[in-house]
Amino acid sequence: MPSLGADMEDGTLVEWMIKPGDTVKRGDVAAVVETQKGAIEIEVFEEGTVHQLTAELGQKLPVGAPLALILGQGEAAPDTPPAPPEPVPAPPSAPSSPAPTVEPTVAEAPPRPAAAPTPVARPPQDVAASPAARRRAAELGVDLATVAGTGLGGAIQLADVEGAVGAAPAKTGTAAVPAHEAVKPSPMAEMRKAIAAAMSRSKREIPHFYVSQTIDLTPAAQWLEAANADRRPSERLLMGALFVRASALAAARIKAVNGHYTNDAHVSSDTVHAGVAVALRGGGLVAPPVFDAQDKTVDETMAAMRDLVTRARAGRLRGSELTMGTITISALGDTGAEAMSGVIFPPQVALVGIGAPQKRPWVTGDRVVPRKTVTVTLSVDHRVCDGRQAARFLAAFDDLMQSPEAL
Amino acid sequence: MTPQELKAAFIEELIKVAPDIEADMVGDDDHIQDDLELDSMDVLNLVTALHARFGVDIPESDYPQIATPALAVAYLAKSG
Repeated sequence: MPSLGADMEDGTLVEWMIKPGDTVKRGDVAAVVETQKGAIEIEVFEEGTVHQLTAELGQKLPVGAPLALILGQGEAAPDTPPAPPEPVPAPPSAPSSPAPTVEPTVAEAPPRPAAAPTPVARPPQDVAASPAARRRAAELGVDLATVAGTGLGGAIQLADVEGAVGAAPAKTGTAAVPAHEAVKPSPMAEMRKAIAAAMSRSKREIPHFYVSQTIDLTPAAQWLEAANADRRPSERLLMGALFVRASALAAARIKAVNGHYTNDAHVSSDTVHAGVAVALRGGGLVAPPVFDAQDKTVDETMAAMRDLVTRARAGRLRGSELTMGTITISALGDTGAEAMSGVIFPPQVALVGIGAPQKRPWVTGDRVVPRKTVTVTLSVDHRVCDGRQAARFLAAFDDLMQSPEAL
Repeated sequence: MTPQELKAAFIEELIKVAPDIEADMVGDDDHIQDDLELDSMDVLNLVTALHARFGVDIPESDYPQIATPALAVAYLAKSG
């Protein structure tokens, strides 16, 4: 059971997408898991053959628990095809010869450290945690094996323990337990709890600061109108795609605002996985990323956003889409408030908040003219970067939006 | 198509875009963005679906003319 965010404790297996004997590779969807953030498709991080499905449908499993056994190529494949259902196959019995021991890999093992710096969960028998985290966990009666660590190599930090408790106070029995504990909370209540845990952690840990700039949106709006006039509906663009594209290019230039903050250090990323905040109808919010957004055209960006929004609404996002974003873009839409100072989505270090476009008086040369404008506010982690870099990001964003045809 | 059939088809596509909307609860004059809370991506998906179903290429400048079921029925009848 992978960790899909620092606030996740467990998930319920609701559907298998693989069966014993299947050949799988990295990125294949192995199962669907019900979490606080809805149904999430869980991906495989290894290559091999599915040997055994160890978890049962309907089972609620803590983060780190094995779901299935995948054997790597040439690895201890049993001679008899039908695998025994119960015990996990022992390593090949070759007592004297020191054959290279290849450990069976768990389907949902977290990505290797070389991959994007996502929070990872450790198996229960191998929990790395800071002394403060251990002490606090003991005080609160939290089982560290159920806590997703965000430190180096997945080590559990104090805030992870507190975040885990905040996410599910009923679990420990020491926190206030509401009288209606037995009532199964609605999916929306669960989603609110997940958002509350992530946002509380963000405001507790991240020293936010905010830098704003109002930019002339007229060139982009005119370009978009002309571009869409020749396009069928299925090929039309939204202003949001231009915002995401400009944000990705600006973040690729100003690397201080891109990446993750883990283990008391900023791990900047060469690629920009641009999280797009998607409001779910009926409430709730998710921010799955457009992967490698710095290399996508506007059309590719738009196609990716359409796909993300559709799947987010249908509750079919993938596990990697909950953890791998390196910066988030949140736009208020066509109408409404003119500016938004957002809360950073940990472990990211910046969020681009875009207000609704407004018609405003604008000074050009010595004249005041009516222009369509938009106010962009960058929320930044002050542990990672300073006002000057944040201002450079906004200047780059502005510059990019003035030449929409080049985006 | 009769206006009733057009309205039923419009509501059907609307609900595909926003599955939580209940058909019975949609009023003829409900605004798809202000009342039914569709965002710009939802509206584009609705327009795309209407294009696929009716062959009507609704330009962006005509979006206000499909902003409610009543307006949309009149627009689709005229365009079809």
